[in-house]
Amino acid sequence: MEANHTAAVPKRAPGSLRRRRRMLAWVFMLPLLVVNVLVILGPSVATIYYSFTDWSGLGPAEFVGLENYREILSDGDFYLAMWHNILWTLIFLTVPISMGLLGAFLLSQINRFQIFFRIVYFIPYVVASVVNAALWQNILDPDRGIGSTLASIGIPFLDGVSFFGSERLALPAVAFVNNWAWWGFVVLLFLTALQSVDAQLYDAAKVDGAGRWQQFINVTIPGIRPTLVFVVLLTIINSLLVFDYVYIITRGGPAGASEVVGTLMYKEAFERFEAGYAAAMGLGLSFVSGLIVLVFIFLRRRGWEI
Amino acid sequence: MSSATGSAGAGRGSHREPSKIPYYVVLTALALFALGPLVILLFNALKTNAEIGQNPLGPPLSPVFENFSNAWTQGDFATTMVNSAILTVGTVVGVCVIAGTAAYALDRLDLPGTDAVLLYLFVASAVPFQLFLVPLFFLWSALNLTNTLFGLVVIYWAIFSPFATLLLRSYLVALPRDFEEAARIDGASELQTLLRVVLPLSWPGFLTVALVSGLAAWNEFFFAITFIQDDSLKPVTTSFLAFQSDFSTDWGLTSAAGFIIILPIIVLFLFLQRRFISGLTAGGLKG
Repeated sequence: MEANHTAAVPKRAPGSLRRRRRMLAWVFMLPLLVVNVLVILGPSVATIYYSFTDWSGLGPAEFVGLENYREILSDGDFYLAMWHNILWTLIFLTVPISMGLLGAFLLSQINRFQIFFRIVYFIPYVVASVVNAALWQNILDPDRGIGSTLASIGIPFLDGVSFFGSERLALPAVAFVNNWAWWGFVVLLFLTALQSVDAQLYDAAKVDGAGRWQQFINVTIPGIRPTLVFVVLLTIINSLLVFDYVYIITRGGPAGASEVVGTLMYKEAFERFEAGYAAAMGLGLSFVSGLIVLVFIFLRRRGWEI
Repeated sequence: MSSATGSAGAGRGSHREPSKIPYYVVLTALALFALGPLVILLFNALKTNAEIGQNPLGPPLSPVFENFSNAWTQGDFATTMVNSAILTVGTVVGVCVIAGTAAYALDRLDLPGTDAVLLYLFVASAVPFQLFLVPLFFLWSALNLTNTLFGLVVIYWAIFSPFATLLLRSYLVALPRDFEEAARIDGASELQTLLRVVLPLSWPGFLTVALVSGLAAWNEFFFAITFIQDDSLKPVTTSFLAFQSDFSTDWGLTSAAGFIIILPIIVLFLFLQRRFISGLTAGGLKG
């Protein structure tokens, strides 16, 4: 291959060749560094600065010190939104993880149709969130949705219930839709982990007379613990930062009943033109999620078996 | 509770296998939960509005296909599909080039500070958009990059390439270097080596990166709605949101529009499901 260049290489001193390769390495790295500094690193650093300013997004920013942070800590809307994030986290730590464990465990026990079920469970995860939201808005419609259909066959308790329009139900209803698109992904994560659990451990447990439930608790759960911990971490972070489904379906309404910090911050920045305040909120949110990741890493380093 | 259970993993059973029927019942119920709503979407796309009024969730009794052509014209899919295609192809090509060269530099060239770059990539692939959104928006406004497809593609390059680089690097690490050494001894330049030796050997990694970033770009909502307000530049996702609120009572029409958006993804997914699933779960596990 390219034999005509052969003569050039051996004559060059090894040192200069290494230098040339280093230079080339940076050239190859350059596109990634340029777009990353422009889009992520630069604006992230700017967020720190703007979080200390009163800034509308247009014109100059006025330095106000810690004023934005003081305001956040006395902002009732913020506390309500944060509370909704906590509820959201609790829902996603229980429902999809239980469904994921159940689905993955059952799938690991069968051969026939395993691929079929895997594909089916994964489909909602690859479908665009706007379409998922729209189809559930139709199915859960108070007048023409599942409530009225059930009522027509004699089960009236959901008739006329406005899932997304009621202050009590809006948040869990949006979480339900988001979970529908998410749990299949959790199944696949757990299934991959389950398939690497040593089958001999199950045999040993059976010899010891362990039933299915004991096998699940004593063999399955310890066997997939790294994945389980990872999914818990991913769930907490995603729940802190949730935006898409809330914004698409309810925009945080009715009357703030499904507002989360992600949507609140978005409104501050682009509807109320409080860009400095929004920057402080975004930085606080990122700080908390970064802190959670660091705590996990720290505990793992300290030898916790998580 | 029976003590005989199939071994986990391969699932090949022991001698006295208990009935697997209860497993299949639960698995089927979960499958109906996953697929049922999408089937209802297709049903409604095939109904007139009058029929939806009578029968909002069941199968269409006399299927009609006008909803698809009406949704296509009224939703201006001729424009938005092209926008989404430009965004998706631009993202895929850009991410493959940016992440491909970066992964090559990290694993095959003597990049000083490789560890620091890797750490940055891990952090960058997990950074929440809340951290950089506000200044990024006003920077893009100042650079006249809002309301341009190019401006949006650059954002997708930046947010998808850190993960793609890590994924491609993990492919490269496992790839033997003998062929490259041979090419280098033959005097091929690094770019030639990358294009003619490494690329043909690591195409599965590039295909995975292309699928994952292409899917993300096609479905992306948040940056699209923030950075593109001009109707003629909207991708299918944000255009659908506006379409849905304009025709909120015409379920046949909005269901057909929704189905048009998801059909290409579902077809592609069914053909390449193994690669999709491994790529997306690898993304999840890398975190």
